[in-house]
Amino acid sequence: MQVNENKEFQPLIVAFCCNWCSYAGADLSGTNRLNYPSNVKIIRVPCSCRVNPMFILRAFQKGADGVILCGCHPGDCHYTSGNYFTRRRMTLLFSMLDFLGIERDRTRVEWVSAAEGAKFAATMNEFTEAVKKLGPNRRLEDLRCRKQ
Amino acid sequence: MQEAMINRAKQLLADGTVNRVIGWKRGEFAYDITPAVFQSAEELDADFVFDDFTSANVSKYLVKESKKEGKILAFLKPCDTYSFNQLTKEHRVVRENVYIIGIPGGPKLDAEKIKAKGITGILGVKNENYTLKIDTIYGEETMPFYEAVLDKCASCKSKKHVVFDELIGEDGDVLESNRFEMVEKLENMTAQERYDFWRDQFSKCIRCNACRNVCPACTCEKCVFDNPNSGVENKAPADSFEENMFHIIRAFHVAGRCTDCGECSRVCPQNIPLHLLNRKFIKDINSLYGEYQAGEDTTSRAPLNDYKQDDCEASIVHERGVE
Amino acid sequence: MLKISIDKLDALFEAISAEQTLYIPADREDGAAEYKKYKSGMKLSNALNTVRSAKDFFFPQTENLVDFKMEGKNIEVIDIRKESEDFVIFGVRACDARSFTILDKVFLCEPVDSYYKTRREHGTVVTMACTRPAETCFCGTFGIDAAAPEGDAACYSDGESIFFEAHNEKGQKFIDSISSLLEDGDTSKLDETREKTRAILKKLPLANLSTDAFGGDKLMEHFNSDKWGELSESCLGCGTCTFVCPTCQCYDIKDFNTGHGIKRFRCWDSCMYSDFTKMAHGNPRLTQLERFRQRFMHKLVYFPSNNNGEFGCVGCGRCLSKCPISMNIVKVMKALEVK
Repeated sequence: MQVNENKEFQPLIVAFCCNWCSYAGADLSGTNRLNYPSNVKIIRVPCSCRVNPMFILRAFQKGADGVILCGCHPGDCHYTSGNYFTRRRMTLLFSMLDFLGIERDRTRVEWVSAAEGAKFAATMNEFTEAVKKLGPNRRLEDLRCRKQ
Repeated sequence: MQEAMINRAKQLLADGTVNRVIGWKRGEFAYDITPAVFQSAEELDADFVFDDFTSANVSKYLVKESKKEGKILAFLKPCDTYSFNQLTKEHRVVRENVYIIGIPGGPKLDAEKIKAKGITGILGVKNENYTLKIDTIYGEETMPFYEAVLDKCASCKSKKHVVFDELIGEDGDVLESNRFEMVEKLENMTAQERYDFWRDQFSKCIRCNACRNVCPACTCEKCVFDNPNSGVENKAPADSFEENMFHIIRAFHVAGRCTDCGECSRVCPQNIPLHLLNRKFIKDINSLYGEYQAGEDTTSRAPLNDYKQDDCEASIVHERGVE
Repeated sequence: MLKISIDKLDALFEAISAEQTLYIPADREDGAAEYKKYKSGMKLSNALNTVRSAKDFFFPQTENLVDFKMEGKNIEVIDIRKESEDFVIFGVRACDARSFTILDKVFLCEPVDSYYKTRREHGTVVTMACTRPAETCFCGTFGIDAAAPEGDAACYSDGESIFFEAHNEKGQKFIDSISSLLEDGDTSKLDETREKTRAILKKLPLANLSTDAFGGDKLMEHFNSDKWGELSESCLGCGTCTFVCPTCQCYDIKDFNTGHGIKRFRCWDSCMYSDFTKMAHGNPRLTQLERFRQRFMHKLVYFPSNNNGEFGCVGCGRCLSKCPISMNIVKVMKALEVK
């Protein structure tokens, strides 16, 4: 994303959403006509635990300023335990990013059920605002991918 | 010690218990020791060495060696036994095909540290009462033994052998080590300082992949970085992003399986403290999911293959300490 | 001979860097040395050699070659090369200096590698004679005199002063550009230092290593040697030896998709890697044995076969100290020469 002098910085947010809960939650927020920023690009995954740390890093490489991972609430995973593994993995990954000095607020995990359209919209609004404050992703950016 | 090891190896070769021995082979100088497989008593007499420089962990070679015909004798230092046990747990080695003799561990020496003191032309190194007497082309030099000790040995976690068929020498205990000191120091820095520290380190990386290839936990038949279709770089530090990604993913893929043997940092030609990444994961796992030492046993579930319903949320990272 | 006192080196570096970019070997925090762009206050390293060789200056580890932009069915090819600047590499050792001669044979023969050629034309190599060779040094094996290095210009130190000597026009131009700082000096002490160095070189543990058993005509004998299995057994298949080597010149060319175009770049490759020489049908070198053999056969047999007997090694000793398992060209040579 570019910083335009006339326009305020618009971050690019990548949201990985699990097929069974969060993607349906996003759907519900749409049918309920709740607003969430168009900066958010949703990638549907079968389960939050499908998201491997490399997906997150590659999203940053290709220009994301923030990456959020949404899945079913713990205990509600369609595959019983997928999101429990996600939780451990992402905790460790985020902790490592923080250890390397990469802004910790660029990454987040949020549990959103199929019934929580309002929560989905609120989460995305809040996350987009938080990333907007951080400005463009520079520490985990691939310079080759920056648009000149 | 070397004498006792050679003699025992010869016995085991002679009575047919094993048909090969894996150990270390003498090099051109005092310090350039190569892991090697010995087939006969003559080879053992000629080249087998065990001294202050035999630091290489031979466990990973057993992935291949234990699948060959017959039994192999392996001399394992305490830290090597953890790696071996972890490999057994992951069904990467055939335990029955390895006869393990536990031998005392370090501290082992790092020739690079001697050279970094400006001591060059090293012909021989002798340890006399923890002072190194170094014979060089330019005369004799001395330095304190502990200043030349490998980083991995300086923060040794255990002198205990977690797996062995017999021991030469005594078994030790798990130690109270200071191994998380540097990780803690970094954690207490600001994000900017941490970022600068790691940029400085990673920018030295030449992507030789030695850290990955030496790692006893990295035993994938094909590494994700070697997949030409993955779009990630396998041999060029093409960009600061690639450097970050390689090192994060390398450490992540062994998180919960890394026994902290320290080989990654030992082999790095650019002296990048790679073990700090692994230790960060170990420290996090210990504090968030309970104390866990990979390789300690062959039955427990690895922390990333396990969960508890009341595990902390990922947001814990955002809530703590220095930003 | 023209000389400058060692304590005036700073002034010399300032003067050179005012004219063009200057690179010198400098000490890093961890005690290792590395070529760095000169900045005021930087000190010349005392280390014998840098971890990475000086080949980076002419043949960088990664280098973008060309960009492609696609619109519909049109592909636009963009030459991204910028004007090259003149630069000086100061303090190159005799072994690294010779490595440029070897690289030239590869990159400057037809078809000429224009990326390499441009850098070669713009770079001035100022070498520094060795006075304290290490146990890992064996440049003498390849006919290199560490006390009298090649390069565009050479420097010699007698402990108090540094003497300059031009080897060609470019070197003369370099010395002329700093001549205001130089004065005429007596070389008697220098000759003494040089003789001392040569005496040390003769006493090095690897001084007797010989290339007699190798060369272009020894192909079948070495290729089919049964020693390779044992030698390559412990090889990890990492690329350390090839990446610290001043003469390894293999590279790979790849395309990187930036999301809005393609960047074609080249990067060093290593014959130790499993994807080296991989083609549509697979890889002809199936195991580490063949990959390992390739590296040493290239340096000791194929290269001399194609280049009038010149070997593809300069004896800098980097692989001797950097290989994680300490397997290296010296051990290979010693094993192979035994019949």
